[in-house]
Amino acid sequence: MRAEARREALSGWLFVAPALAVLAVFFVGPVAAGFLLGLTDVDLYALGGVGAWRFVGLRNYGRLLADPIFWQALRNTFFFVLVGGPLTMAAALGAALLLDAKATRLKGLFRTVLFAPVVTTLVAVATVWRFLYNPRAGPLNLFLSFVGLGPVNWLGDAQWAMPSLVLMAVWKNFGYGMVLFIAGLQAIPESLHEAARIDGAGAWTRFRRITLPMLRPTLLFVGVITTIGYFQLFAEPYVMTGGTGGPNNATLSVALLMYKQGFRFWDMGAGAAIAFLLFLVILGASTLQVRLQKGSDA
Amino acid sequence: MRRRGRTLLLHAALSALALATFFPLAWMFSVSLMPQGEASAIPPALVPSRPTLEHFRALFLRLDLGRAFLNSALIAGAVTALSVFLNALAGWALAKLRFPGRRRLFSWLLASMVVPGQVAMLPLFLLLRSLGLVNTMAGVVVPAAASLFGIFLIRQYALSIPDELLEAARVDGAGEFRIWWSVALPLCRPALVTLALFTFVGTWSDFMWPLVVLTDESKYTLPVALASLVGEHARDVELMMAGSVLTVLPVLVLFLALQRHYIAGITMGSVKE
Repeated sequence: MRAEARREALSGWLFVAPALAVLAVFFVGPVAAGFLLGLTDVDLYALGGVGAWRFVGLRNYGRLLADPIFWQALRNTFFFVLVGGPLTMAAALGAALLLDAKATRLKGLFRTVLFAPVVTTLVAVATVWRFLYNPRAGPLNLFLSFVGLGPVNWLGDAQWAMPSLVLMAVWKNFGYGMVLFIAGLQAIPESLHEAARIDGAGAWTRFRRITLPMLRPTLLFVGVITTIGYFQLFAEPYVMTGGTGGPNNATLSVALLMYKQGFRFWDMGAGAAIAFLLFLVILGASTLQVRLQKGSDA
Repeated sequence: MRRRGRTLLLHAALSALALATFFPLAWMFSVSLMPQGEASAIPPALVPSRPTLEHFRALFLRLDLGRAFLNSALIAGAVTALSVFLNALAGWALAKLRFPGRRRLFSWLLASMVVPGQVAMLPLFLLLRSLGLVNTMAGVVVPAAASLFGIFLIRQYALSIPDELLEAARVDGAGEFRIWWSVALPLCRPALVTLALFTFVGTWSDFMWPLVVLTDESKYTLPVALASLVGEHARDVELMMAGSVLTVLPVLVLFLALQRHYIAGITMGSVKE
């Protein structure tokens, strides 16, 4: 029997070893090295090898925190997360409620259409939206002029550029949360609604007192996933502003700044420091979300 | 009567939402078939006056996007095959094989999921550079050969498989690898299909890492090639929409064909321990 247990243990480790090796070499190792790299001044001329890394302490961080461009990128990213996140969640929940309603016909068809943007390739649909937003001949302004509004210089106006990215992101991503919310809604026992109805509760009261509390775990999960994803904003501004984060840095995100510093200017120390700060922000935000949820449960 | 009004309103709202969601994709398809200049005329056309495939022809013949298409297919295919294999091995072991340190290993893997990929990117680039893998397909494929999410997905699914099935195979004297191959894999099939689908679609659409690692135009994947074309042909709407169609269509078709597995995977991935 003990020999068998030992054999099983050995097999277990052999089974996980290949995947672990890949993750260790290409993910965990580089993450640790990234932390160290952020404390060096490695640039294009010092790419020679680890031997050429020169330790500069927290100088990269000091430089970043004193750089208004970094703060602008951080502000832009927070705008995207704090405005785009809730809007995406609201659209997802709204669509889920409509789809889950008993009277709804053609559920499968509607779900497919509403979910389709999720599986599309971001670079391709960002290209599409770039032209939808065209101030002169773009369909969006055409539509606005029909209802007597606009024209809006979507991506060209620093005021509108970030909201334009948010609108596209909501369109692209709400289907993901919608699918999870539908699953969550279906798990709520019908008897709860029935009992509340007998007690004379209206639709709105039932939504607030039954649906929302029962959806809590799903709301938390979708919230955390959406937040983590949105903090990593990169391809949207890259494609829609030609890699600049313009106009006037209005759509420069933290990840785009990291890309520019690290892979355009080859200032790898600064790039790694930016990436590490982004990690801290994401870690803080997800911890906060989980804490808030736990707090309101008590 | 009130109920009928409500049902009508419900469907009106859903239809409006579906129409708004569908419009950008429909517009993309429509414009990709328009003769040059039609989409940016004043007033712009919404439907091609005479549908043409000239932009697709230009993409393949003049702009060599066929090669990018092939690169994308090869890379996504290789990553899918490799990572489904490795993740299925690891996920199965974490669910079904008892070995010391299993619990701790799993909680470490789970915790690592909050680390954004960007943190690893710069050192990974330096590592691949010293291995001579920058500007090669392997530079995109190898780092993606295993994934935390994939391991997690397979493990969650494997947990639901009753142990009795394995015990029977063990009593028959089958080795663990043999059991994995001929018992576990068939039983985990739905999870494997879902993971393969996710991995293929995700790798096909991935942008940042291929953009960093692939420096030669002939090595570009479709998203990278498309992003660089948009820079050069910003005025050529019809051509760019054809490029977008080419990029989106394969994954969209794959999704439509295997929709059930895709949606099941999303809810599967969210199941909490």
